[in-house]
Amino acid sequence: MSEVYLNGKFVGEVDEPRLFVERIREERRRGAISHNLNIAYHPAPDTVEVESNRGRALRPLIVVKNGQPLLTERHVRQLERDEISWADLVEQGVIEYLDTNEEENSFVAFSDSELTPEHTHLEIAPLVMLGLASALVPYANYNQSTRLNAGSKNQKQALGLYVSNYSLRMDMDVNVLHEPQMPIVQTLLHSISDYNKHPSGQNVIVAIMSYKGYNMEDAIILNRGAVERGLARSSYFRPSIAEELRYPGGLVDEICIPDKDVKGYKSERDYRLLEDDGIISPEAQIHEGDVIIGKTSPPRFLSSLDEYSLDSSTRRESSVTVKHGERGVIDFVLLTENDEGNKLVQVRVRDERIPEIGDKFTSRHGQKGVIGLIVPEGDMPFSESGIIPDILFSPHGIPSRMTISHLIEMVAGKVGALHGRYIDGTAFDVEPEEKLRKELLAMGFRENGVETMYNGETGEEYRAKIFIGNMYYLKLKHMVANKLHSRARGPIQLLTRQPTEGRAKEGGLRLGEMEKDTFIAHGASLLLKERFDSDKTILPVCEGCGTIAIHDEFKNRSYCPLCGDNVEISFIEMSYAFKLILDELKSLCIYPKLMLKSKY
Amino acid sequence: MSANNDQEMLPKKIRDELSEQTKGVSEAKAKKAAEAIVQEYQNAQVEPGESVGIVSAESIGEPGTQMTLNTFHFAGVAEMNVTMGLPRIIEILDGRSEISTPMMEIYLKGANAKGKDVQEIALSIKETKLNEITTGFHIDIAERSVTIELNEEKMRMFGITMNHVNNALKGTKGYTLSSGKEGIVLKKKDKEENINALYVDKEKLKQLHIKGVKGISQVLPIKRGDEYIIITAGTNLKEVLGLDFVDESRTVSNDIYEIAATLGIEAARQTIINEVFKVIESQGLNVDIRHIMLVADTMCNLGVVKGITRYGVVSEKASVLARASFETPIKHIINASLIGEEDKLDSVVENVMINQPTPVGTGLPGLAVKVHK
Repeated sequence: MSEVYLNGKFVGEVDEPRLFVERIREERRRGAISHNLNIAYHPAPDTVEVESNRGRALRPLIVVKNGQPLLTERHVRQLERDEISWADLVEQGVIEYLDTNEEENSFVAFSDSELTPEHTHLEIAPLVMLGLASALVPYANYNQSTRLNAGSKNQKQALGLYVSNYSLRMDMDVNVLHEPQMPIVQTLLHSISDYNKHPSGQNVIVAIMSYKGYNMEDAIILNRGAVERGLARSSYFRPSIAEELRYPGGLVDEICIPDKDVKGYKSERDYRLLEDDGIISPEAQIHEGDVIIGKTSPPRFLSSLDEYSLDSSTRRESSVTVKHGERGVIDFVLLTENDEGNKLVQVRVRDERIPEIGDKFTSRHGQKGVIGLIVPEGDMPFSESGIIPDILFSPHGIPSRMTISHLIEMVAGKVGALHGRYIDGTAFDVEPEEKLRKELLAMGFRENGVETMYNGETGEEYRAKIFIGNMYYLKLKHMVANKLHSRARGPIQLLTRQPTEGRAKEGGLRLGEMEKDTFIAHGASLLLKERFDSDKTILPVCEGCGTIAIHDEFKNRSYCPLCGDNVEISFIEMSYAFKLILDELKSLCIYPKLMLKSKY
Repeated sequence: MSANNDQEMLPKKIRDELSEQTKGVSEAKAKKAAEAIVQEYQNAQVEPGESVGIVSAESIGEPGTQMTLNTFHFAGVAEMNVTMGLPRIIEILDGRSEISTPMMEIYLKGANAKGKDVQEIALSIKETKLNEITTGFHIDIAERSVTIELNEEKMRMFGITMNHVNNALKGTKGYTLSSGKEGIVLKKKDKEENINALYVDKEKLKQLHIKGVKGISQVLPIKRGDEYIIITAGTNLKEVLGLDFVDESRTVSNDIYEIAATLGIEAARQTIINEVFKVIESQGLNVDIRHIMLVADTMCNLGVVKGITRYGVVSEKASVLARASFETPIKHIINASLIGEEDKLDSVVENVMINQPTPVGTGLPGLAVKVHK
């Protein structure tokens, strides 16, 4: 007697578990039982486990009977003619989905050549061992698996057409590539996943060579000519949102051009782009500090009666402005209302992003890098036939990473571009390199993909032959324009008087604990002090009791809260953070006393 | 100052080498060479105000990040498992008294070092407990006795005779010894019917020390260079140094506290240096030994071994703020406030906290002349 479990719950026993399991499977293939149900017999604990829960990982396999796959040539032809669909095959029991449990009971052949009568299933294609993203890597089976991981990870960050109705949407932080192209070297999954309807990269000519060291450490060099012709141009969208909030007491925000007597009024210039309704107009050029949506809010605290008067003089400025370091063009203005019926204004800003030094690019093989230099077209190296590469990729990126697929894609891309056809680079089922080489040779090129190239500046022939070919390159969403940041002076935090943190708040770059140690190690004591002067304060200290004293600016006199004014008071420089810790100690009933002594 | 005077500051080794090298060279040339060497020597010395501590910390810490966490295992080689790598460094610098793999390297004297009787000597050092040479212990409740069944094969293997066993058993109090047909019988003398005590005594007997040096659980004689040494797991330096075949000038333990107790604090300092350096070398890293020496000095300069922890060297810092800035600040501040402690602000951390120049490097020198207001 074997125990039977349905979704982990004991439901009964069967006498002949193997027969039972076999019959359930037959019924499922017949369509009498849901295709989502999996059954497995485990001899060791002598249990039958039936699973039909959602959330299990299932994978499709071709059913094999007596060493013959049920999927026949006829099925394939019918599929090609669109007479039947995948669902029909599942319905007919030709293909079935197994979960991990039932897989334990099956004997799966990797290819039909190794089928024996013992086999129960056949793999559909070796490609199914890869996920969607890694199956998009051409010649993936020539690579180390870590590179494949990196390659597919990078592809997810590539710019393309993320949705086709992007112009109607108000997505935060999105990019759209201007001229996406279908890759020349494709894989099966490109057609299956409709990748070609929304590609996310461009075909470029890549030469593997260095150029004055500007492409060392994974940097790449771009041809300015290509950039000016529109290579890797994209648009960046970011909406700004303002809402007319309602406050207790019938007070509301107002979207308008703020009056001059509003608290916190910016300069008139900042409001110049607003129309009469207080909202900016489409296609207006905006820069840092400009107001996008003018808005005023009621005062935060209603203390005196006259603040109820709703007079504009008591209202507070709360406009939405262009953030620090941003610029662009107003793309779209949307007026609507939210769930609570409040007026809601959304303004989308568009910014054209032309590739610049620091933008991140990648091929599909985990070979990412940032632009190190954009070279004028005339200075770029050129080949015998006058071809000027769009990208120069450093040869040092190849040996340690062993991304053979990168190299093969270049040859394949070259063949594809010259022939005007797409090359199949599906993993385990590729167009053989040998064949590509022969085609290249037949077209009058060197079969290994190298060409004689000439120095663009001097016209001299390079002594080395340069490997050059076509590749599919992706622009990644990490662009310097979103990250560039520096600070000389700027906002500080209220509590500590230290600089704020982060680019959005125009923050400082922290000199941390370990960096501090390096200053000490160099003995650069005074430089260290200067670096930590950001929260420097000069405070009066009572020499009698050692507490922080009071300095009255009006009367220009100092006195001690404990000892009165008949006591010596000195002005001492210290960090504000230290003053804070003294205050905290006092709050713990600890009396920290500063004992002063002349340093000189 | 004449060059001759300056030469006084050179260490003896360099001076000897210098006179050796300048033999037969004209005096003027020798003098010139000596001056150059003195110059070099002075350049190599640490200057006043140099932050040696932080430089040491960085010099050990940075390569430390590259250290593999796990110990290397050599499959198939008769080698004992020794804690190496980062765990061992942490163990040493924390000044732990219980180290995870205590071990000794015992050097031998005279003919033994050449390989004579090494196996026997090693076995004689190894601690053998009673339960290692028995097949079983039986309690007879009626007779109130414990019977010990000896395993003669094992006894022969360890080189133990009945004499050894009897001698060891003589020490057990409250029992009369006799040999029965199953083995040695220990009969309880007093008439109390306390079976529990009998059981406790049986368990104690199992751990009875029969032979060898206490604490040494494994021995491994190996050949190093052209002499034989014995590596042991477990340490007992005091007793091992007392054995007559042991070369006491070279035999070492890796237990710093044991070294400090038997050989003194200077030896402990040297052990810290040796042990840390051994780990760093085994990882293929390159750290100047002077950095490790500084750490060892800090750990030992109070006459006892102190770890680099909040209970060890950090608790010895003079400044309240410096102590508070390293772990458990509240404890230090409260204790300091209870006794009205004063912070002289003469070290680095405190001055960073209050944003004053730190007394190192350019911040160190002061004015010799008093400035009047």
